[in-house]
Amino acid sequence: MYDQSQGVNYLNCSRGFWSWFGTLDHKRLGLMYMWSVMGAMLIGGVFAMVMRLELFAPGQQFVDAEAFNQLFTLHGAIMVFLVIIPGVPAALGNFALPLMLGAKDVAFPKLNRLSYHLWVVGALFFVGVLLTTGLDTGWTFYAPYSTLHSQTAVVWATFGAFFLGFSSIFTGINFIATIHKMRPPGMTWFKLPLFCWGLYATAIMQILATPVLGITLLLVGVERMLGVGIFNPALGGDPVLFQHLFWFYSHPAVYIMVLPPLGIISELIATYSRKHIFGYRFIAMSSVAIALVGFIVWGHHMFVSGQSALTSIVFSAITFFVAIPSAIKVFNWVATLYKGSIVMKAPMIYALSVIWLFGIGGMTGLWLTTLQQDIHLHDTYFVVAHFHYVLVSGAVFSMFAAAYYWLPKWSGVMPNKLLGELHFWSSLISVNLLFFPMHFVGLAGMPRRYADYALQFADYNFWISIGGFWFGLSQLLFLAVCVLCAMKKGEKAPARSWEGAEGLEWEVPSPAPFHTYDTPPVVK
Amino acid sequence: MSEQNLQQRNQRTLRKLLIWAVAMFGFAFAMVPFYDVICDITGLNGKTSTTASTEGPSQVVEDRTVTVEFITQRGEGVNGDFTSATRRVEVHPGEITLVNFFASNPKSSDIITQSIPSVSPGEAARYLHKTQCFCFDQQSLAAGERKEMPMIFYLDPELPRHRNTLTLSYTIFDVTDRVAATNK
Repeated sequence: MYDQSQGVNYLNCSRGFWSWFGTLDHKRLGLMYMWSVMGAMLIGGVFAMVMRLELFAPGQQFVDAEAFNQLFTLHGAIMVFLVIIPGVPAALGNFALPLMLGAKDVAFPKLNRLSYHLWVVGALFFVGVLLTTGLDTGWTFYAPYSTLHSQTAVVWATFGAFFLGFSSIFTGINFIATIHKMRPPGMTWFKLPLFCWGLYATAIMQILATPVLGITLLLVGVERMLGVGIFNPALGGDPVLFQHLFWFYSHPAVYIMVLPPLGIISELIATYSRKHIFGYRFIAMSSVAIALVGFIVWGHHMFVSGQSALTSIVFSAITFFVAIPSAIKVFNWVATLYKGSIVMKAPMIYALSVIWLFGIGGMTGLWLTTLQQDIHLHDTYFVVAHFHYVLVSGAVFSMFAAAYYWLPKWSGVMPNKLLGELHFWSSLISVNLLFFPMHFVGLAGMPRRYADYALQFADYNFWISIGGFWFGLSQLLFLAVCVLCAMKKGEKAPARSWEGAEGLEWEVPSPAPFHTYDTPPVVK
Repeated sequence: MSEQNLQQRNQRTLRKLLIWAVAMFGFAFAMVPFYDVICDITGLNGKTSTTASTEGPSQVVEDRTVTVEFITQRGEGVNGDFTSATRRVEVHPGEITLVNFFASNPKSSDIITQSIPSVSPGEAARYLHKTQCFCFDQQSLAAGERKEMPMIFYLDPELPRHRNTLTLSYTIFDVTDRVAATNK
């Protein structure tokens, strides 16, 4: 047993590269995921900023159309596969889940380490893509372009995504086993923290949906290398089959990206309102409902892919249904705020902004699931605005909120208050400047994925680009907060770093000791 | 609860969850042939049968007229003409109709082509029966050749009442390289 009074914790109990890279400790793995994901985010973000630089003014300035194709593809692929999918479950979940359950680690620490190593292998494949011919298929790898025409490193990218898929599946398995078997005595299902419910619903999708992506991308690789006709119509294949398979994974993947963040918001709203969450069971079950319904809505990506009108109507109707559990969450958050004693700390202002901004993303989602609207808006900037509101100001902002919330537990010092709030306001204004005008240019018919645009969109794009650079640079403030915490510069954090925080993770000292909860606590 | 006991129970959970993941791999893999079967049954993707229909129509419904439109498209690698003799025909369900298609090869070398049919709306695909079609086999076109390719079809008298127009689309692909590769 380590002596806490000597200041020994999980960060400094052993040193050296292998004590980190070969570690079985969920806290160290979570932290490594965090830094790795932030590194990938930086690269993906730079690609986005180069795109905005090109779109700053009409005409061709800095990159040609082919380079632009690569930029949006790599931006999308990196942000989806390397950042948002592992970002919350693997990085935040790894650190927080066992602590919140009062468990000493996840159920299978070695599998957990394997997940991280597979993530690194997958990331190396993407580095390989970057160093060779790049990738220009769009992150969706649509056949037949990806299988017949693209001259870029499609096979490398599909193998990379394949490894990342395994990483994701193993994390999901680990979390389900942990939540099923490692809960402390007294913690019944309906005493589980809501973040854990979010992770649980996500883990179900990771296990059931990710294998489908693995096979789909493998088939793309097989068709490219061996020339068998799976998606190629000339050989009797069907390109629409690719879209079915791809979206069968990738729609649930959207919920893999947003359910854990919404779980975070549920935790934070309760903590900083000094109240118990309103409608706990409804929020918990709404996560599971979204996860399950998420499996039967993939056809709404294919309204213009030639599916029959009846099929489209059915998919559209089921998609509307997703709004119900999502709205349940939002209404319960607002009800929790009502008559709460609200404290505006950095995590809370992020959480509050997510309610509003995620709401905008959700509402535009309803526009897009309306058949007639979607046919007009399909593949325009409106869609870009929609999913960036959900994924950036929804999921990424929740990650920021969670980072500010748990940084004291990770590092032992409180995050810098001034920098944190500056980061928030700067990000909040710029993210709206960046994405809100996209609704208008999309409605007016500006298509996505082009290196150039018609002259009438010039003014909007000028401001969108300004917002883009501003938002990108604002993230350096977040980096500064993290680096300051890592360097232990700041106010020392007590065990219960935030007043009103109730989870079991706040029972252990900050930073967390190497061994936590050798004997499970008893929850009343 | 002892440590070992917990480990055993965890292992059991791990096995169960792995089975789910493996089953989903299998499911995705099975979707490839399964999709074809589903589409055959429902006509979901507008694919028509790849073999000639052997039975003739049971009757001709004289009092009903259906419009059949033809679309021809050139796929990758084909730069010759590909057209049909007529763009639309009016037929009675059960009536046997012949439509000629033409393909030409302006290249200086022989090519082998394969045409892929698709019917819209997909629901109607299984009511379109072809007794002869150039799409059933690969068609070789000698250098500079212009070829007449007949297609004989009839509509099933059972065609749902609300379908008064269907579109039959053909895309022609150059599969010369592919055929050469498999014959090697």
